[in-house]
Amino acid sequence: MMENNTMENPKLSVGQVSQSQSMLPYFVKTGGLFLAAVFVAAILPKIFDSRFALSMFNQMGIAIIFALSYNMLLGQGGLLSFGHAVFYGLGGFGAVHVMGMVNNGDLALWTEFLPLAGGLFSMLLGFIFGFISTRRAATPFALITMGIGELLLASSLLLPTFFGGEEGISGDRMTGITLTSFKFAQSIEVYYLILFWMFVCVIAMYLLTKTPLGQMANAVRDNHQRAQFIGYDPHKVRTFQFTLAAFFAGIAGGLFALNYEMVTAENLGMVPSADILMMTVIGGITYFFGPILGAIFITFLQMVVSNVTHAWMLYFGLLFIGMVVWAPDGLAGLIMRHQPIWKANRMKRILPAYGLALAPALLLFLGVIILVEINFHISLSIDPEAPLSIMGISFRAQSFPPWAMGFTLVGVGYFLFRKAGRKVSRAWNTVMAEIKQEGV
Amino acid sequence: MAQAALKLDNVKKSFGDSQIINGVDLEVVKGERHAIIGPNGAGKSTLFHLISGLYEVTGGTIALNGSNITNMAPHKINRLGLARSFQITNIFPNMTVFQNVRCALLWNKGYKYSIWHLCDRLKKVNLRTEEILEKINLAPLAKEKAAVLTYADQRALEIGITIACGADIIMLDEPTAGMSNKETAKAVELIKSVTEGKTLLIVEHDMGVVFDLADRISVLVYGKILATGTPDAVRCDPKVQEAYLGKETVECSV
Repeated sequence: MMENNTMENPKLSVGQVSQSQSMLPYFVKTGGLFLAAVFVAAILPKIFDSRFALSMFNQMGIAIIFALSYNMLLGQGGLLSFGHAVFYGLGGFGAVHVMGMVNNGDLALWTEFLPLAGGLFSMLLGFIFGFISTRRAATPFALITMGIGELLLASSLLLPTFFGGEEGISGDRMTGITLTSFKFAQSIEVYYLILFWMFVCVIAMYLLTKTPLGQMANAVRDNHQRAQFIGYDPHKVRTFQFTLAAFFAGIAGGLFALNYEMVTAENLGMVPSADILMMTVIGGITYFFGPILGAIFITFLQMVVSNVTHAWMLYFGLLFIGMVVWAPDGLAGLIMRHQPIWKANRMKRILPAYGLALAPALLLFLGVIILVEINFHISLSIDPEAPLSIMGISFRAQSFPPWAMGFTLVGVGYFLFRKAGRKVSRAWNTVMAEIKQEGV
Repeated sequence: MAQAALKLDNVKKSFGDSQIINGVDLEVVKGERHAIIGPNGAGKSTLFHLISGLYEVTGGTIALNGSNITNMAPHKINRLGLARSFQITNIFPNMTVFQNVRCALLWNKGYKYSIWHLCDRLKKVNLRTEEILEKINLAPLAKEKAAVLTYADQRALEIGITIACGADIIMLDEPTAGMSNKETAKAVELIKSVTEGKTLLIVEHDMGVVFDLADRISVLVYGKILATGTPDAVRCDPKVQEAYLGKETVECSV
């Protein structure tokens, strides 16, 4: 897929605005990519068929919808929300309550449509909260969303019938009323439901960026003052955008409720709000597909790395800071930066430099891991005297050699990485200059 | 005399204790090109902000085609047919040139906050966008991000966005500020062509541009209109000469 801002262009080649590409390859390319993604996603659980893998895939699908909905605010609307999980959690509660009503026989709704119930519930509240919080953008908006998040977390204890107090609300997804032949007794059935809603939501959110509202959300993000002078009320644009973002977050929450059959007030608190912010930023907010990458990558790290080490949050934090400082466009930005080189068939010119930088980067990384793990082991483990094992090597954390090893690796790795970094940027500049000269 | 497109009646504006606009009466006739000139700090831009709704007036009334628009929200005034540009380039920097202009067309063409139209499929809107880009000579740059344009091109885009709204009354705030002579000459031609058949209210420092463009001129000094009239009449007005045009004696042909 392509950049938010320029993606419509290939299609406007009808007039004098001459374009290099014509319409057909464009559709074939994006359509092909999309079909490939559907195919891979469909066979994924056949390849990795462990329980763990499946629960990870389910979480990834949910995170993709959630992250893209967050980017409707941050990337497309310029609205930095600290409380987007409110609508994720509320969608979950909405869905789980509807699930309960179906089970009680008060309501007949296909299980497949439960996420939609969560979405609509969030959308309604999103409109109300959006109207309140989007009168101003930037800092006031960020603070109000934070306040709303805290407010709901606090009220979860005051409204136990809805939020279920501390233990939350649980449900049973096997309501017996389904549209398809799925019974939802197994996770794999939930996986395919998540997959269905994920693709529907991705397409819907992608198309929304191209509607008048989506375009005006970009315009208001860029310059809310000027937007007023072309006839638009920025407050309304932001409110509608916020409402739609809440809708999709609610669908993600509804899928969460179906997947785990349980929602607690923690799901709408600060922690998931911060998680989704970091996921989206790491993925990249300037490209539509950025948050998808972020959701896949971070969910993977969350589930795999958190199994290996307790210091997982620390690594996550380091990664986040590193990305914001060195790659503010996120993973998507890193990839798209290579587009001109890729197109000019010159990837092989910079890959050697990358390879050269990889080794010291690994050394540096290993040094950091050793130091972090030693510290965590000494201060947080039950028995600091017990041997610590990193990658199969056991040693005493208090002894001198591992410390020396850690610092040496960090020092040497950093030094060599700096050197290699200069090589990379030299190779990069040469290739870019060549491309520019040839006017590719 | 034709109906007034824009009529200001004793408009006042103060920020705290300092009064910037001291009772301005101004009438812009439908179809004319009206320029406002005056020394730095006279309140020209403030007056623009008051008319377009960016600032609220402290007193007085403003009427657009006979209906009262005093202290109305900017987007509502815009929908009634008044579009303006800004002295500082005020575009949508992270969107393409094409998108910049197209956004300005959306409300006027009735698409409002729609989520069931795809902008790329709106043939009329896209054709009109291309027309405007041709007019402001930015068609070859349609795909570029607005932020990477040269200053002069950004100024042209600023005008493009302003005229795209389809308004009858166009207000331009120093459209040639910071341009070279060559660029200015081009900009004047552009302004002439795009405001054909419309009412133009323009603030401008470059006297050459003003006398070239304007049918009538109003001189604003210390928040008051000192004189209004044809370029020649204003040029020869002794009060204006004293207050603004400077000590140099201006040869009067009248």
